[in-house]
Amino acid sequence: MRNQIKLFLKKQIRDVEAEKIRNAALSFLGINTGKVKTAKVFNITYELNPEQIEQFAVKGLQDEIIHDVYINESYLNNDYKTFILVAKMPGVTDDEGISAQKTLIDVLELDIDTTTQHIYSEDLYLFTNKLSDSKLRDLAENLLGNKLIHHFEYGTYSGEIEYLPEVKIKSDEFIQTINLNIADAALQKLSQDMLLSLNLKEMKAIQNYFKNAEIRKIRQANGLSINPTDCELEVLAQTWSEHCKHKEFSAEIEYTDHETGETQIIDSLFKTYIRRSTEIIRDRLEQAGNNWLLKIFTDNAGVVKINDRSVFVWKVETHNSPSAIDPYGGAITGILGNNRDPLGTGIGGGKLLFNTNVLCFGPPNYKKPLLPGQLHPKRVFEGVRHGIEDGGNKSGIPTVNGAIIFDERYSGKPLVYCGTGGVMPYNIKGVNSWEKNISAGDIIVMAGGRVGKDGIHGATFSSAEIDENSPQSAVQIGSPITQKLVADFMQEAVEKGLIKCSTDNGAGGLSSSVGELAEICGGARIDLEKVPLKYSNLKPWEIFISESQERMTFVVEKKQLKELFASAAEREVELSEIGIFTDSGYLDVRYGKEQVAFLDMHFLHNGIPRKYLQAEWRKPDLKEQVLPEKIDYNIELLKLLGSYNICSRESVIRQYDHEVKGRTIIKPLMGKAGKTPQDAAVMRLNFNSWEGIAISNGICPKYGDIDPYQMSASAFDEAVRQIISVGGKLPELENSENRFWTLNDNFCVPDSAYDEVSNPDGKIKLAKLVQMNQALFDMSTYFNIPMTSGKDSMKNDFKADNIKISVPPTILYSAVAKIADVRNTVTSDFKQQGDLIYQLGKTYNELGASEFYRIKNETGANVPLVRKEQAKALYLKVMAANDLKLIESSHDISDGGMLVTLAECLIGTELGADIDLSEFKELSLMAILFSETQSRFVVSIKPENRKKFTALMGEDAIYLGRVVPNGRLSVKNLKEIVVSLTVDELQQAWESEYENKSRLENNLS
Amino acid sequence: MEYWVKNMKKVKSLIITGFGINCEEEMAAAYDLAGAETDIVHLNDLFLNRISIHDYDILNFPGGFSFGDDLGSGKVLANKMKYKKMKNDKLFFLDLQDFLSDGKYIMGVCNGFQFLVKMGLLPNTEGDMQQQVTLTRNNSAQFEDRWCYLKVNQPSLTPFLENIELLQLPVRHGEGKLIIKNQQIETEIVEQNLNCLSYCDEEGNVTSKYPLNPNGAELNCAGLTNATGQVFGLMPHPEAFLSLYNHPNWGQMKRSNSGISAEGDGLKIFKNIVKYILNRQARKDAKVYVLKKG
Repeated sequence: MRNQIKLFLKKQIRDVEAEKIRNAALSFLGINTGKVKTAKVFNITYELNPEQIEQFAVKGLQDEIIHDVYINESYLNNDYKTFILVAKMPGVTDDEGISAQKTLIDVLELDIDTTTQHIYSEDLYLFTNKLSDSKLRDLAENLLGNKLIHHFEYGTYSGEIEYLPEVKIKSDEFIQTINLNIADAALQKLSQDMLLSLNLKEMKAIQNYFKNAEIRKIRQANGLSINPTDCELEVLAQTWSEHCKHKEFSAEIEYTDHETGETQIIDSLFKTYIRRSTEIIRDRLEQAGNNWLLKIFTDNAGVVKINDRSVFVWKVETHNSPSAIDPYGGAITGILGNNRDPLGTGIGGGKLLFNTNVLCFGPPNYKKPLLPGQLHPKRVFEGVRHGIEDGGNKSGIPTVNGAIIFDERYSGKPLVYCGTGGVMPYNIKGVNSWEKNISAGDIIVMAGGRVGKDGIHGATFSSAEIDENSPQSAVQIGSPITQKLVADFMQEAVEKGLIKCSTDNGAGGLSSSVGELAEICGGARIDLEKVPLKYSNLKPWEIFISESQERMTFVVEKKQLKELFASAAEREVELSEIGIFTDSGYLDVRYGKEQVAFLDMHFLHNGIPRKYLQAEWRKPDLKEQVLPEKIDYNIELLKLLGSYNICSRESVIRQYDHEVKGRTIIKPLMGKAGKTPQDAAVMRLNFNSWEGIAISNGICPKYGDIDPYQMSASAFDEAVRQIISVGGKLPELENSENRFWTLNDNFCVPDSAYDEVSNPDGKIKLAKLVQMNQALFDMSTYFNIPMTSGKDSMKNDFKADNIKISVPPTILYSAVAKIADVRNTVTSDFKQQGDLIYQLGKTYNELGASEFYRIKNETGANVPLVRKEQAKALYLKVMAANDLKLIESSHDISDGGMLVTLAECLIGTELGADIDLSEFKELSLMAILFSETQSRFVVSIKPENRKKFTALMGEDAIYLGRVVPNGRLSVKNLKEIVVSLTVDELQQAWESEYENKSRLENNLS
Repeated sequence: MEYWVKNMKKVKSLIITGFGINCEEEMAAAYDLAGAETDIVHLNDLFLNRISIHDYDILNFPGGFSFGDDLGSGKVLANKMKYKKMKNDKLFFLDLQDFLSDGKYIMGVCNGFQFLVKMGLLPNTEGDMQQQVTLTRNNSAQFEDRWCYLKVNQPSLTPFLENIELLQLPVRHGEGKLIIKNQQIETEIVEQNLNCLSYCDEEGNVTSKYPLNPNGAELNCAGLTNATGQVFGLMPHPEAFLSLYNHPNWGQMKRSNSGISAEGDGLKIFKNIVKYILNRQARKDAKVYVLKKG
């Protein structure tokens, strides 16, 4: 028996969603839908009598002020000619259906299963226009849903709608064994067919392991086949994946620099540059008696000390490939997955404090024909934004800052960086919170969501293998509410001392989480039949590597089990005891009496053969541009302000909750009108003190087209100078007040492994990566600012129809630094008329890859060079000036140069600025205004502080002019007014936004 | 010292959390700063009868996304409160009625406000706890985090808003548009002045202009009270403006007025209710004292 309840908005209620769809259909797809009507459909497969259904519909689902209810009855209205029904595909997360189940048992006082799907929620759209099937399909696939996760029904509307996404899986052979005694070509084909993504060298290592006589003996003794099981191969593939083992960052690299003619062997980029820089800094700190670096690179997230009572834990990750095929699902699972990193560090259960996001997209006005499977950048943008909105807002975690970068090369694969920071107590029940202690005999407990086919083999899963009743596994949808319950519960359980330590289930699912934890004690035994499933007939290997979301793995002492399970039941969090940690040296996986996998721990984690790669650096042949001398600077400024990489992000920012938790002190937009863009975000840590943190992101891939070393150094500098700008302080080795800094490095590069046919320029790409790493090492050890965690994403290429769209090599540095008193931080908006405006830091003729050149379609050659010695000297002076409270406003100079920065300091204020450039010498006007020389700021000070300020700053302070009350930016050069625009004009250009850019350009030309 | 001052009890405030509620900590901070004794309690601990609301003076439903806003914001939570029995077999709903009969106070912010209207606790003109209004999709069809000016419609019926005329608070919601069931209820709301808080401009002129009214609410209404002033709900977040440093323009405000209070507008609401209950307690105790003495 199946019942259907439909909720339609009453006639007099404004259908806001319908209006939005009608407008979007017209403006994005050029489809005139006529009037639209939306409805919610609930299909119920529980056995309920008509009275119960009625009660449930009226009390449980209907909002009587706005809804009409239709129970097993059609909504008939001749005005509406066509319809689209959007349902989830079988097995796709349906939170609304689950919530309906929960409310059903409350309303009807029933005691029935709500952990598996019995109510399916669907969205119905009706249109007054008679739309053809192809238009309806276009609407469905490109506006209302995604064909990878949604099932669509559409056509002429008669009132009848039928679709139920029930999962039905045919069960076939339960555990397979695979013969590896085959020729090399067959091994390679096997890897491909099973979607293992292992190369021949790796397949042969596995082949050899299973040939080993000793191993064979042990396998026989334990009742296993000589040949590996499907599960064993899958576990090895997961564990040895690029994602888990960072094979290219661990590879041996032969690096030839054709500029110097030198060749060197680099023994792992990670060890040589990243880990080593942090180790050097740690040694320096420890020698100086300072030890705020608590945990680096060895857990889900890095940990630093805030004070004797608390530690800060954070991680920044990427989720690029999933976001390319399902932008919403990719981004929401990205942000929720990243939340689980700090949550599953050390003992776990940290309180999550903030999210930050950096996004790289193709331009919204992308005009090239789309390749098969490629989504338009505008669609990717909107989907990702929405995913971040739901992932953050629904979890109650503020999205405090971020960045969006547009470049055509991101139109195949977007980059979606998600970062999350949290706080843990220093000590929990006598144990350091960041430590992971596991002994043989401890119990493995899985918490949170149930397991389905979600995310098996991630994005490589071929859609050809999907039929209408097979559960969708290529992409996942996150469930913020499920995760919130788990996170809240973890806090409580950790406080009570019920959890010994924890980790998250992300890539590779249980196989990775348990596999990694088992390294600590030397083995584990898992009983897969105890893992709760979303639907039946999953194979053991699928259960073990499924990436179903919102799951954590806990390590629990036996004596705590009972209390832990009782507490979880009270918080409606599902726990299952799925195995035990051992010291057997083996990963021992069973399903009932069947042995599923039995792998040597040492081989599993260390048996992977090392990669050998080649890199060759040749300097690109670039020339500086010669631009016409006569330039209308008013027009250039307005164009820059409206350009994609500079214009206002307000429409995005307002949709992120950036102040839940009540601790955000510097938000992304501040000032009188709440419109002035800021540098780093600042948060206080709690309500009892004014101690806080500053959070920033540095990213500038464009410079990499000229010089990847300077690109990486500039990104590092940007992250640091944003924090200096708001009043942060550089670390001091001897300082005992725990002035911590913690950086996450995130490399996203195109395939950089040379291949004669498929990747002929691989060597130069890898050379770029080497240089980015060298800059990381040089900058970090110079400033004593350590990486504590990071990630690399190595294959950011989109291939279809023999065309490859590769991202430019990109590095993001995300920084957090301690702020002693958030009340002393500095915002970017000019504060009061009469204040004096200065530029801090010298400008050089460095227009290469600048935004100014970009709007002129030029690249140039003079890329900004990071002068770290000068930068540090300046930052120390800025810190001293802030100690004396001399700086009233500060904004770092980045994209667009000094003129854009000045404009931004005025936007959203009622003030103006009178600028005179007479203090600049030996530089072209273009360079003064638009050069993107690093390590500079625009600041304002009170006139009475002039003497103190200039004495302190010396030549680093270049006087620009005054803040005036007239709401106009006016710039004088050699007695000639070169810029004169009202702040309203600046703001209008800045807010003209992406889609209106062409209009702006038309107006200006 | 007078007898009644010596024995004055601290005001006790209870804050509900769980199932996606997420503003409980800042709300607890608000009551702490206002001088109340505050507990944050998981909703299921109420249903398990581990905690009784009757041990408290104020019951608070903070903001968040209870049950992910599925089925409409606050709906699943309202159903739970209305229909689910506690361990002692009593409906929580009835417990709430008793709580109000005792002259105690209930506050709901954002998701808490959505829950209160769906429960029928606001505006409750008939006293029968039937739903009369709803809060639904913003006209902008999107979630909005922005700071708003708010006007208190005088005279204020509810002690939460005493002596406040104009204030600034952030809204952070996607479903904050108030819709009233019919004209009759609207008339009652206006005549009884139950629409205690309105969106307005900087000068205090009530307006329907976006984004000053961020959601298109009828009556430009940002908050409601019941006729006794005991139940108060609002979409904006007073607990998000406890300190000057929550304000987006704190830099300039501090510069132009060096003597500016470090307290945020939002804190006044919490101080109001705590002070009101203390004074009421004091008046009661004083009466007892006078009677005893007399």
